[in-house]
Amino acid sequence: MRHGKYRFVAGFLALPVLLYVFYVWVPFGYSFYFSLTRYRGTDVPPVFVGLDNFTTLFTDTPEFWKALTHNGVILLIMPLVTIVIALIFAFFLNVGGKAKGGVTSGVRGSKFYRLVFFFPQLLALPIVAVLFQSIYRPDDSGLINGALNKLGLPKIGFLIDTNIALLSIIAVMVWQAVGFYVVLFSAGMSSIPKEIYEAADLDGASRWTMFYKVTLPLLWDNIQVGWVYLGIAAFDVFALVDVLSVNRGGPSFSTTVLSMEVVNKIGAGNYGMASAMGVMLFFCTLTFAAISLRVTKRESIEY
Amino acid sequence: MSDTPDLPGEVSRRQVITRAAAIGAAIPAAGLLGACATGSSSEKKDNTKVDNSNVANPFGVKDDAALNVVIFPGGYSDKYATEVHEKMYKEKFPKATVKHEGIQDIDPVIGPRFQSGDVPDFLNNSGEKAVNMGKLVGDKQLSLLDKLWAAPSLDTPGKTVRDTLIPGTIESGSFNGESLQLNYVFTVYGLWFNANQFKEKGWDGAPKDFDAFTALCEKIKAAGVTPFGYAGANAAYYMFEVIMTSAAKIGGAGVLKALDNLEDGAWKHEAVLQAAEYWAMIGSKYSDKAFEGLKHTEVQLKQNQGSLAIYPSGSWLESEQKKDTPATFEYAMMNVPTGKTTKLPVTSVHATASEPYVIPAKAKNLAGALEYARIMLSKKGAAEFTKLTGSLTSVAGAADAVKVTPGTESAKKALSGAGKDVFTFYWADDYKDGLGLPARSATNDLFFGRIDAKKYVEVLQAAADKVKKDPSVTKIKR
Repeated sequence: MRHGKYRFVAGFLALPVLLYVFYVWVPFGYSFYFSLTRYRGTDVPPVFVGLDNFTTLFTDTPEFWKALTHNGVILLIMPLVTIVIALIFAFFLNVGGKAKGGVTSGVRGSKFYRLVFFFPQLLALPIVAVLFQSIYRPDDSGLINGALNKLGLPKIGFLIDTNIALLSIIAVMVWQAVGFYVVLFSAGMSSIPKEIYEAADLDGASRWTMFYKVTLPLLWDNIQVGWVYLGIAAFDVFALVDVLSVNRGGPSFSTTVLSMEVVNKIGAGNYGMASAMGVMLFFCTLTFAAISLRVTKRESIEY
Repeated sequence: MSDTPDLPGEVSRRQVITRAAAIGAAIPAAGLLGACATGSSSEKKDNTKVDNSNVANPFGVKDDAALNVVIFPGGYSDKYATEVHEKMYKEKFPKATVKHEGIQDIDPVIGPRFQSGDVPDFLNNSGEKAVNMGKLVGDKQLSLLDKLWAAPSLDTPGKTVRDTLIPGTIESGSFNGESLQLNYVFTVYGLWFNANQFKEKGWDGAPKDFDAFTALCEKIKAAGVTPFGYAGANAAYYMFEVIMTSAAKIGGAGVLKALDNLEDGAWKHEAVLQAAEYWAMIGSKYSDKAFEGLKHTEVQLKQNQGSLAIYPSGSWLESEQKKDTPATFEYAMMNVPTGKTTKLPVTSVHATASEPYVIPAKAKNLAGALEYARIMLSKKGAAEFTKLTGSLTSVAGAADAVKVTPGTESAKKALSGAGKDVFTFYWADDYKDGLGLPARSATNDLFFGRIDAKKYVEVLQAAADKVKKDPSVTKIKR
């Protein structure tokens, strides 16, 4: 019987595992291999060069360091801002309203807001990017600059000013992500027993105290998950940078990120270098996930 | 989607060479590729006996030998072959049968035939799915075209085919010094404007040097129109193309050659510096900073709508904008201006040959294929091509009498006005990774005022030096 059970389980697992190995691990393996080679054309075999690509990457590739720094900046700003905004929204949608007969609920129209907040999440990232192209466009036909122009204010070069181009792209990421985390945190909040809020209310706790002392600790698991997801997203950003940025990661490399540089290198036929950057990206993401899971680990509270 | 727009002139010959060179190096070591299929016959047995005194039939075509022609029916369709060149061939050799094949997916259909040896005699190796030239060159699957160039022209008495071509044509189809590809279509680069707008406002459509161009920009600016601009978001290439053109005019085409050959200090040449300085000034005074955030289609539309006067591009622009061009808009091209002192006349142009044709080494009717190519390169064959497709060919002056669209007409005039002073550059494609991409970024920095000309040439000189030192990059001498 036991034997039969294993076979049953194996039968179910074999195909997905096979697909996973073939479509995930094999390409990974290839990338690692190519990163150790000089490989410039699909019809020429790769030449093994050891760690040369990585040496060049670290010592003689300024755009790599710029990309890495930008990934770092995004990693610092984007998850934090997204989570804070999402938490505030979620709080108001769920428990921020007036307590009615001892039962707390969201502000008026919270269902409608929830829908509105979630809406950007329904759009594919490239569509969001194209949308913001029109919003950010530097001439009068841009949504924001057109309005500024009507008001007689100076135009803002959202994507062409090296000082704010990266921030403009981060803003789009936040805008797009907030909705999902509002819903995630809302779900988390609704699973927090109402009695706890009622008890806090009876004790005379203000809304902010409730938020800090009740909601936040009990939501920690969700926030942790959100943090890891957003952090990993911070290492990607390809679709947005590709569509939105000027001259693929410009102006003057001010918005480039690792994934963009990988694609730029591929486009220029330098597959070895592209793979080396891809491997760096892999380790960055892995390290981040490991660290954040370790750091944010806390006793989860059962209720 | 934010890819650089297609540059028809940019059928990357050099990338092909890079690969071919790398293959050449790799074959002895690895014996890779279909080398097995061809290794034994790497010495081409070319039996065509050439008699160049026989103008009617220098290659000695047998008049009953069948000819198999494969044409890629893309943007140019394949009517020019069926209705012009093949008919001309049939007229010459009435007993011959011409087997025409219009094939979209060249590689999937023709690729295997190279392996089996059942090759066409004449192949338009074009389109997205063209057979990889690197492979064909590396495997020695193609015939040398030297005989074609040396043969007498079909309808220009006293001249060889080579003499009738626009300079640069043969070079553009040469791989490691071997001429293997005929590039038939010519793309001309310049500054485009609306002839009607210029006429109406009384603007000078042919400024000959920097001072005249600046004066023109001043006038345009005074009329409330943005004088000059390009799209920084995805078409920085168009701008360094202009800078290169000015530099070549100021310092001679050798300046570009030095850049292509990665010569020490080539970027710091006075001519490059002067050109960069001038265009940076135009960028700061006579353009719109917002253009950096726009794509080429958006800026081209602005020109169509009349808010931008002069736009740098190639001769494909007119047909690319067909949909958006109002009836009052008439494309015309002016030459890129030059400095006070100039080595090349202002009428010289940057132009490149494209649209590749090859003759397989194992073609059964090699003489026929060469003759077919000679027919294409005859004045009549080329003129009819232009008539049907609206595109210019590599045959100098062939389209002079052909009626074409206004934009093509002005490109044609520019090309014939240039005479022998036609030049191009290859570094942007040859060394795309190390030099082409940095140049795009640096050109935006220069034109939109983040760096000055000195810094510009410094940055690119450093990039070029890095490429030169990098042993992994195949160098291509020009």
